[in-house]
Amino acid sequence: MPADLASDSDQIVAHFQVRRRQFLDEDGKPLAPLPDFCDDLALMAAIYRGMSLARAFDAKCVNLQRTGRLGTFATSLGQEAVPVGAASGMRASDVLVPSYREAGAQIWRGCRLEELLLYWGGDERGHAFADPGVMQDFPVCITVGNHALHAAGVAAAMRLKAEDRAAVCVFGDGATSKGDVYEAMNVAGVWHLPLVFVIVNNQWAISTPLERQTAAPTLAQKGIAGGLHVLQTDGNDVIAVRHAVAEALDAARSGEGATLVECVTYRLNDHNTADDSSRYRDLEEVKARWRSCPLKRMRAFLQGRADWSEERENAMQAEIAALIEAAVERYLATAPPLSDQMFAHTYARMPAALTAQRDEALGSGA
Amino acid sequence: MSELNLVQAVNLALRRALQDDPSVVVLGQDVGRHGGVFRATEGLQQHFGSKRVLDTPLAETMIGGLAIGMAAQGLKPVCEIQFLGFLYPVLDNLANHAARMRTRTQGRIACPMVLRVTHGGGVHAPEHHSEAIESMIAHIPGLRVVIPSSPRKAYGLLLAAVRDPDPVVFLEPTRLYRLLKEDVEDSGEAWPLDRCDVTREGNDLTLVAWGAMLTEAALAAAALAERGISAEVVDLVTLKPYDAETILRSVQKTGRCVIIHEAARTAGFGAEIAAMLAERAMTALLAPVERVTGYDVVMPLPRLEREYMPSVARILKACDRTLAWT
Repeated sequence: MPADLASDSDQIVAHFQVRRRQFLDEDGKPLAPLPDFCDDLALMAAIYRGMSLARAFDAKCVNLQRTGRLGTFATSLGQEAVPVGAASGMRASDVLVPSYREAGAQIWRGCRLEELLLYWGGDERGHAFADPGVMQDFPVCITVGNHALHAAGVAAAMRLKAEDRAAVCVFGDGATSKGDVYEAMNVAGVWHLPLVFVIVNNQWAISTPLERQTAAPTLAQKGIAGGLHVLQTDGNDVIAVRHAVAEALDAARSGEGATLVECVTYRLNDHNTADDSSRYRDLEEVKARWRSCPLKRMRAFLQGRADWSEERENAMQAEIAALIEAAVERYLATAPPLSDQMFAHTYARMPAALTAQRDEALGSGA
Repeated sequence: MSELNLVQAVNLALRRALQDDPSVVVLGQDVGRHGGVFRATEGLQQHFGSKRVLDTPLAETMIGGLAIGMAAQGLKPVCEIQFLGFLYPVLDNLANHAARMRTRTQGRIACPMVLRVTHGGGVHAPEHHSEAIESMIAHIPGLRVVIPSSPRKAYGLLLAAVRDPDPVVFLEPTRLYRLLKEDVEDSGEAWPLDRCDVTREGNDLTLVAWGAMLTEAALAAAALAERGISAEVVDLVTLKPYDAETILRSVQKTGRCVIIHEAARTAGFGAEIAAMLAERAMTALLAPVERVTGYDVVMPLPRLEREYMPSVARILKACDRTLAWT
């Protein structure tokens, strides 16, 4: 505090602290005793596969966009540990309210690859979600931060109905500048909502670096003003992300209120396929950040547990590639939407005036 | 059956909705303990408890956003936004999410919610409390926009709004809240949405109005009757989707139409009706369609609001211009 704002008679009326959680260093070596779930090597392998699938899918989407077979796509290269870690800490009955860079979480929870391709390919049917496990999950939210309030509403409904469920809302560092996010954190605090906010702090909001987004030393502390539990994690340590989110969800379901988990990571790619980050970001900075790649770290961890080999890696990558290829084939073979599709779900029951417009669009009108 | 004013009719409908449907949740600023700044929710929290009637923190955007999440989880949020001038920040969530969630998810998630907002001027309220921006809201696909003009319609329309599977913006004319009383039966019967109401039959010209302007329209029709001119009065009731057929039938009969609204003229909802008549009733029209509206100015503070809002005298002048065409 500037000296002229402090008086000798002032008393300290509140203390705050922000804790940071990290279990693995950049080489996959444990820095601290690991959570029990790390003994489940099948789960560890599944999480590693989830991140690998997210990365391969991401690369395929960029490739499809570059070759004119997909629309503008927001990539998640380098930040896969956050969506996969968070989703793996959720129960199926919880609800995911994502931003638009969380394919890793959506796939983990049961969204089909061809659905995500359809959406990014410009077809609303991609958000219809066939898997019962994701029927209540929200579609991506393109308007930054609005969905923080939707997640608060979802959590409020769960609390009012006294359900043993919680909501997880994911947004980026840029969203923390928006009023919606503050309003959501505020009501989540006042109403003790069963809600976990996950901030993917990837350091860049298109061309705006974190230090131009906020003067706060952490994003986690933004939850303190709302009365939330807060925690910062190494967002490239998937074990830390999963541990933090699962713990926060347990607290949320037990009536202990909402938590804000800041996951510090890095966006290794452009903002999206329409962006060229070399216009505003030093390539050397990006190169240096590859060192803390979350996949490399998890693979090293698995190897340290003598549970990974070149053969297993190759087999997994081949399985993932085949899965994606099959999904791309189904996506490309999907018949284009009919004009009727844009009218069909505007209202539950189509008003007469809209029926006339639909008939006009279908060429069967007067 | 009891004599109720419009705000009491709203209260009765909310009470009935809370009683009939356990998924209904009333939320907003001051709606609980206080009973609402206009007393529309008086006694509801005391009767139904704080899990059904929720006082929210002060943030309109938040109220709209919360409702979307609650509705997606199977609740039926009925929100109060105290004044229409405070609705602007909510439009973001209304247009971008509530109105399009059903389309975005191809029917997987819907947002059956009601936003109750006061509408219009004439009560000497402070700045931002007297707006009439119904055409802005009605321009958003996927919403229903409803505005009652009497206690009985308020009761039935609010029940219809609560039971509708899509988001409804329910505009309550502030000036009518305590202006007139009517027998309102707590029958649980909804008033049909998307349907105009012909409140007075006539043959010589058609007056189309909504909300508080029905008062002026009725007075103008009575004054015309004294001169031997028979005016038909059509209450629009639902602005989106609106009932063009009833207006058409009336204008095909009378050949003359005067549209009255207190919102600013340019791109007001009167323009939509006039365009529809030009498209579909050109040969029936005996005179150009007239609009009597607020001016294209900022809603003035109370000392000038009377000059801004359509008066009976202005309506009669427009009727005379219309009737002068032979």
